[in-house]
Amino acid sequence: MRRFAELYWRLDGTTAITDKVESLRGYFAAATPDDAACALAVLSGGRQSRAVPLPVLRRHAAAAAGIPDWLLEECYAQAGDLAETLALVLPPPDRLPEPPGPDRAGIGPDLGLAAHVQRLEALRGEKDDEVIGRFLLDTWRVLAPRERIVWHKLLTGGCRVGVSRSLVARALAELAGVEPATMIARLVALAPLDGAAFSRLLDGNATGPDGLRPYPFFLAAALDEPVERLGAPAEWLAEWKWDGIRAQLVQRDGATALWTRGEDLATEAFPEIAAAAAGLPPGTVLDGELLAVRGECLLGFAALQRRSGRRRVTRPLLAEVPCVFVAYDLVEARGVDLRGLPLVERRARLTDLLGTVGALPASFRPAGSVSEAKPSDATASDTPAAGATLWLSPEVPGAAWEDLAARRAEARDRGVEGLILKRRQSPYGSGRTRGDWWKWKIEPLEIDAVLLYAQAGHGRRATLHTDYTLGVWHEGRLVTVAKAYSGLSDAEIVEVDRIVRATTRERKGPVRIVEPSLVFQIAFEGVAPSARHKAKLALRFPRIVRWRRDKAPPDAGRLADLARLCTAATLPGPAP
Amino acid sequence: MKDLLEVTESGLYCAAGDFHIDPWRRVPRAVITHAHADHARPGCDRYLCSAAGKLVLRTRLGPGATIDCLRRGESLSSNGVRVSLVPAGHVLGSVQVRLEHGGVVWVVTGDYKTAADPTCDPFEPVVADVLVTESTFGLPIYRWPDATDVAAEINAWWRANQDAGRASIIFAYALGKAQRLAALVDPAIGPIVAHGAVAKLVRAYRDSGVRLPPIDGVPPGARSVGHGRALVIAPPSAAGSRWLRLFGTSATAAASGWMMLRGVRRRRGFDRGFILSDHADFPGLVAAVEASRARRVLVTHGSAEAFSRFLRERGLDAAVLPTRFVGEAPPDGNDDPDGTDPDGTDEKADGVTPATAPVAPAADGDAGMGAPP
Repeated sequence: MRRFAELYWRLDGTTAITDKVESLRGYFAAATPDDAACALAVLSGGRQSRAVPLPVLRRHAAAAAGIPDWLLEECYAQAGDLAETLALVLPPPDRLPEPPGPDRAGIGPDLGLAAHVQRLEALRGEKDDEVIGRFLLDTWRVLAPRERIVWHKLLTGGCRVGVSRSLVARALAELAGVEPATMIARLVALAPLDGAAFSRLLDGNATGPDGLRPYPFFLAAALDEPVERLGAPAEWLAEWKWDGIRAQLVQRDGATALWTRGEDLATEAFPEIAAAAAGLPPGTVLDGELLAVRGECLLGFAALQRRSGRRRVTRPLLAEVPCVFVAYDLVEARGVDLRGLPLVERRARLTDLLGTVGALPASFRPAGSVSEAKPSDATASDTPAAGATLWLSPEVPGAAWEDLAARRAEARDRGVEGLILKRRQSPYGSGRTRGDWWKWKIEPLEIDAVLLYAQAGHGRRATLHTDYTLGVWHEGRLVTVAKAYSGLSDAEIVEVDRIVRATTRERKGPVRIVEPSLVFQIAFEGVAPSARHKAKLALRFPRIVRWRRDKAPPDAGRLADLARLCTAATLPGPAP
Repeated sequence: MKDLLEVTESGLYCAAGDFHIDPWRRVPRAVITHAHADHARPGCDRYLCSAAGKLVLRTRLGPGATIDCLRRGESLSSNGVRVSLVPAGHVLGSVQVRLEHGGVVWVVTGDYKTAADPTCDPFEPVVADVLVTESTFGLPIYRWPDATDVAAEINAWWRANQDAGRASIIFAYALGKAQRLAALVDPAIGPIVAHGAVAKLVRAYRDSGVRLPPIDGVPPGARSVGHGRALVIAPPSAAGSRWLRLFGTSATAAASGWMMLRGVRRRRGFDRGFILSDHADFPGLVAAVEASRARRVLVTHGSAEAFSRFLRERGLDAAVLPTRFVGEAPPDGNDDPDGTDPDGTDEKADGVTPATAPVAPAADGDAGMGAPP
């Protein structure tokens, strides 16, 4: 318990990722397998339950501390954390009252985390107040105040630690001497979580889940020079820059894993894709993009996020937000690593492979679009089989850079972010190596909008108004279209805060409605229908580019300009 | 019988002796418990303080102030009220004020701590009929660790920062806490550097005979100081200031009783929080009340409501000293959990805004009162 508490406080005391990983590694290196397995369960945010009802705990703590119940509540009000309050009011171990009864075998200051958790499990549901009181006193008598806080959190079922699964995996990977992705695969396969399982986790000879690890993702860099500098267009292969989640689909020995770029395992969140992958030949790794698609409509990133965030997906959600995997590379085939081959060859094999499974529809349209489907100009023009979920990302043809630039200009209508340019002879590299793969994204859209509401920020900015709701003109009044969390310099934030306070017209809870006076230039990626804003549409990824001190509210943009970008949205009031 | 002390517009007033204790307005005669800005305000005709605290008070009030002092064991009589000053252990020269009139003894503790401090005389319990006590940390969650253990933690932190090539910047009140820190840490680790506001009071401490390790000031025009080895002691107001850039890469810490609470530690945004207070913790307050043997206890600031109720339940005649002051900023109140600094000098105790700080200074038409001369 002492060592786990130490880990807890070290993780609590730093925001530096390297420190956290270092602390985790140190803990896992020294902990017994049982304790380590237990700690891993807590760190992974597993379900915890309360061993003792809170009022009972409070009553016993106040009694042990020799203070009245009301004073404990006063303390709680000041400290704001029950586990901490109890730990602080209790006297040091040697000055706690001797619990009644003689038998306290097995409880000492060296009792490990796993043993403590086991004791808590055993206590759950205990009704005898005397037994609970003795249990608490026995434990308090062996724990120092900082250990008590952590123990109280375990006891009340609220022990949460600020580390992500990937940080834990990184620390364990370092210990085991394997890639983090390998460790994530092992962690996912780990059940039940006990000491023996933990030992296998670190054992380099472990097989099974290791077999499903992905390759390091090859990332495209943003093109920051004129496209002509890339040389002859014929040397390049152009594809749409899909607005989805980058992922690798791994199928080996009949088992499937879907890895997103953050090396998070998303197999459970996309069961239809995992099912489709079962039809691939063993030893296949596809690189591609997860997209939410219904029929020929792209449902957009927001819809996709409703799927990606889940560990379990409900049937209605599956029907509402169907997802596909659009493949653009074949990284492994028949168990052979193809990364050294030129892209053209990998792509030829990919086309052969997916020809048997499915291909992309002629053209996608953004969700809500009412325009007619555009005629196909992609190479893969076969109509997909109904329900196909593994598709080939088509090549976007263009003999000259001007042609490709024209295709790129269509990106917004197609619901994609622009083009990806890949050198046809490029191997599948690793990381964001510049030179072979480029993102050629479209420029963001922009509009000038007026500050209408402001709200205080959080954390470091808790006392400053940094959350801005902005509006544009519609029929002679300003309607809200976006919420932006600053983008201004610290000095500007302070200045805007002062103006917000000085021009507040009305306060609604934490929100201040201000006299319209400030104009900001807003960049955004698109426009979508929305019920949240009065304009019935909302900007995608809005952010403040700059404060237009040179402009006054009458100079701000109009809702009609935005509505043109979102043909499906209905404008408030009379139809446009 | 009329109480010996009452709260008036100007502060805690002894009518029988015709003087105030730690007044917050200009008055003819002020008895000062200690030199923190909110207890010792400029503009009074005459001041009375302890001999040990005279130089520090002089530093705060300027050369023009008329300051009388009493040594330990000395007393003076004012209209039949016998006044003596007893060490309070808060900062150098801090005292409790003992008043005796008609056979009744009142003691005003001022701010105090019962823990040891190498830079000032220790708190001495005084037997009293009526005790006026502070209760800045008057809740049982406040129980200080041993200061030598805290010093060991600070030393370890300082060394670790040195190994990483970082300066160690520790924020502490310029009067009292800063000098106590300097005296507690191990000067063999590296140079100790003081902010100007701290250095001024270091001189006053030295001139008063307090032994402190060598402490460097920052020479005017210096571009870089300490080369990642120094322990820098600066007032909280220096946090985030350009001055800190002199030290290059650095780790920051605060030294205060509020650092007991994880929430406060996190909100302050420093890398570390060391629990070091110049106020009594809860056991210290209870011990002081018991040692005074007072049957009546008036609680002035901090957790006054809770602490006085606690004492009442233990059979004492205890009450919050009825003042028009709230006298406290909760630890999670504004940016500075130690309360607002009435005159911007940042040289107050690590307690909350004490009872002597008006709730709304502007409202009583006396807003300029707190400004230094």
